[in-house]
Amino acid sequence: MDFTFDTEQDDLRDAVRGMLERAYGAIDQRRKAVAQDPGFDERLWGQLAEMGLLGLPFDESVGGTGAGPVEVAIVAEEIGRVLAPEPFVEAVVLAGGLVDAVGTDAQRGEILAGISDGSVLAAFAHAEPGTRWSPAAAQVTATEADGGWRLTGVKEPVPNGARADVLVVSAVADGVTRLFLVRGDAEGVARHGYRTHDGARAARIRLDGAVAEPLGEDAGDRRADVERALAVARIAYAHESVGAMSTALTTTTEYLKTRKQFGVTLNTFQALTFRAADMYVSLELARSIALWAVLVVDAGGDVVTAAARARLQTARAARHVGQEAIQLHGGIGMTAEYAVGHYTSRLTAIDHLHGDGDWALARLAADVADRDVVDPLGAPYTG
Amino acid sequence: MRLQLSPEDEKFREEMRTFFTTRIPQSMRDAVTARGELAREDWIESQRILNAAGLAVPDWPVEWGGRDWTPLQRHIWRSELQLAGVPEPLAFNTSMIGPVIAAFGSQEQKERFLPATANLDIWWCQGFSEPEAGSDLASLRTTAVRDGDEWVVNGQKTWTTLGQHADWIFCLVRTDPAAKKQRGISMIVFPMDSPGVSLRPIELVDGSVEVNEVFFSDVRVPAENLIGEENKGWDYAKFLLGNERVGIARVGSTKRLLASARQYAREISADGHPLIEDPRIAARLAELENEMVALELTALRVVAHSAGGRPHPASSVLKLRGSQLEQDATALVMDIAGPLSIAAGPDPDSDLPDWARRSAPGYLNDRKVSIYGGSNEVQRTIIAGTILGL
Repeated sequence: MDFTFDTEQDDLRDAVRGMLERAYGAIDQRRKAVAQDPGFDERLWGQLAEMGLLGLPFDESVGGTGAGPVEVAIVAEEIGRVLAPEPFVEAVVLAGGLVDAVGTDAQRGEILAGISDGSVLAAFAHAEPGTRWSPAAAQVTATEADGGWRLTGVKEPVPNGARADVLVVSAVADGVTRLFLVRGDAEGVARHGYRTHDGARAARIRLDGAVAEPLGEDAGDRRADVERALAVARIAYAHESVGAMSTALTTTTEYLKTRKQFGVTLNTFQALTFRAADMYVSLELARSIALWAVLVVDAGGDVVTAAARARLQTARAARHVGQEAIQLHGGIGMTAEYAVGHYTSRLTAIDHLHGDGDWALARLAADVADRDVVDPLGAPYTG
Repeated sequence: MRLQLSPEDEKFREEMRTFFTTRIPQSMRDAVTARGELAREDWIESQRILNAAGLAVPDWPVEWGGRDWTPLQRHIWRSELQLAGVPEPLAFNTSMIGPVIAAFGSQEQKERFLPATANLDIWWCQGFSEPEAGSDLASLRTTAVRDGDEWVVNGQKTWTTLGQHADWIFCLVRTDPAAKKQRGISMIVFPMDSPGVSLRPIELVDGSVEVNEVFFSDVRVPAENLIGEENKGWDYAKFLLGNERVGIARVGSTKRLLASARQYAREISADGHPLIEDPRIAARLAELENEMVALELTALRVVAHSAGGRPHPASSVLKLRGSQLEQDATALVMDIAGPLSIAAGPDPDSDLPDWARRSAPGYLNDRKVSIYGGSNEVQRTIIAGTILGL
């Protein structure tokens, strides 16, 4: 058991932090980047690719960097620290992760190489109106005709769906959930993009006999693959959340030390400093479970349960820290010009992308009767 | 970064688990698990079994019975010990006065006290708090005045846990009335049966008697019983309280309590179904269980970063959250007992299970854990000041 980063991991963190600080050290820089489509800085995305960050989870044989989940977590946390709008978890970890897990060698070779060098932006088109964090597709269907596949139905909201070059789409075929690749400009695809509350972009994607290519060779049910990929993404989001909460807290404590009311700085009021102390407690507990969860990925353990644990703890912490960060600032925390509200918005969006705290709790409660004590360093987490 | 324990640590954990579950009498471990009461003799017997195997005082210096373990191994030792329901080595001996004497006492004091302290041949109690000195410990008023080769102690201590069992007391006393608050304090030790010492039990809200008031009236204490240097008592107290906070997350103990709660929720039936099938109860169990995972992992992080015997600043997180979660677990057990929790304490003539009869007194008694060892408000002050710089 070792919870310390090695020198190379520290170097990676320093390099990523340096680059992202230059890009988004001030909240105005982020506001400018998200003001126009595609909601992030394409030039910076290219620089992240040059640094090898967009290929971190993928093998070198398919154009990736061949690093591990810990390195992915480090980048996600740094993204969270400055609220960088670049869709690292969405495009690389989740959409790329699905292609990596399910795709044929040819698909992996083409698409993962493109993701890694920044030339392909991938998105996972999975959610449908009326569904709620299920690994299954619902109303979008896939039919085979004339030796090809065509998809019909609506996917929404799809993060980065309007900008994506390649969509990984879940659809029902022969009564089971399967995965397909759809080119963003394919025939039968109508996309309507819009801004999400945290400054990112999502889209409604109407598929009307859209030309699709099955992802992978096997025609079986892909729900377990989807569940696993979502779990890995939830764990990466836990790190993005920890990064964001960490900045929300330091922004708050700096404000308490400098803002004066009644002739004194706010940190002279115990009612405020005690609440900041509680924010720190929430943050550190969330950080611990996020670190642990990524080590479960690394060890090949039960990623799905570990992700539910990380999701529950970070969801509760994010609500607490996000709400208190605004409250302890007072009115200024409500403004778009000031950073802290954006952090709360992003933490709130992460909460709802792939399952909120209550969702995770319901899953953990479902088999609570079957357990005796949980040993985080034992089975089923150690693989 | 690695999740698994090393093969050596895995082996160490297995050794601890085997020892605790086979060498400590089952009856004692059952009593601890059911949060029942243990007799004085049980505590002594258990600690002597541990001490004979070198497992009572592993964090002491090696020459006085300590083990050259890593911080992680110490954590595993404590966690497994709690998980198995082993009566814990008496904290007043092993975490408080023992380490202070080992660090600051004279060679003579070490030889005189340490072996007997490790083996619980001497049962120590703590004389720190006073009626006017609680969280503000430095405002204590008990005095020791030098008279020839003796100190003469006068004053009053309170919240002295298990003082009724104690052979000796270690006290903070004011030896220089002219010095500034923290400066004129010394640490002194003497037998509880010294002339002039009297003890008054304090009954607690749950009906238990575990704390006491202790009164000193012209208690004459040999000069050599002053520990370390005169007027350095505050430094020793800070050292001791730092120790008190290590392990205070009580991870193993609360995990064991949650495992019991799960079992109780299977036994209790509500509307014809086991209570554990009630979604609200299952959710409370699952959420507490998850909070405990986060707490345990935080403890492991703190353990890994504790250097030079100084507790990591985040140890305040462990005290704060650990006490809250233990209290939440006692509340959950009581709520599982529901109407059965109205009864107060075990009764052989009652059809109600002992755990249910103990649950409300246990809940009430457990309010103490967010008060002692530096109240949770003190911990928030430490976090806000030391960590956040507020």
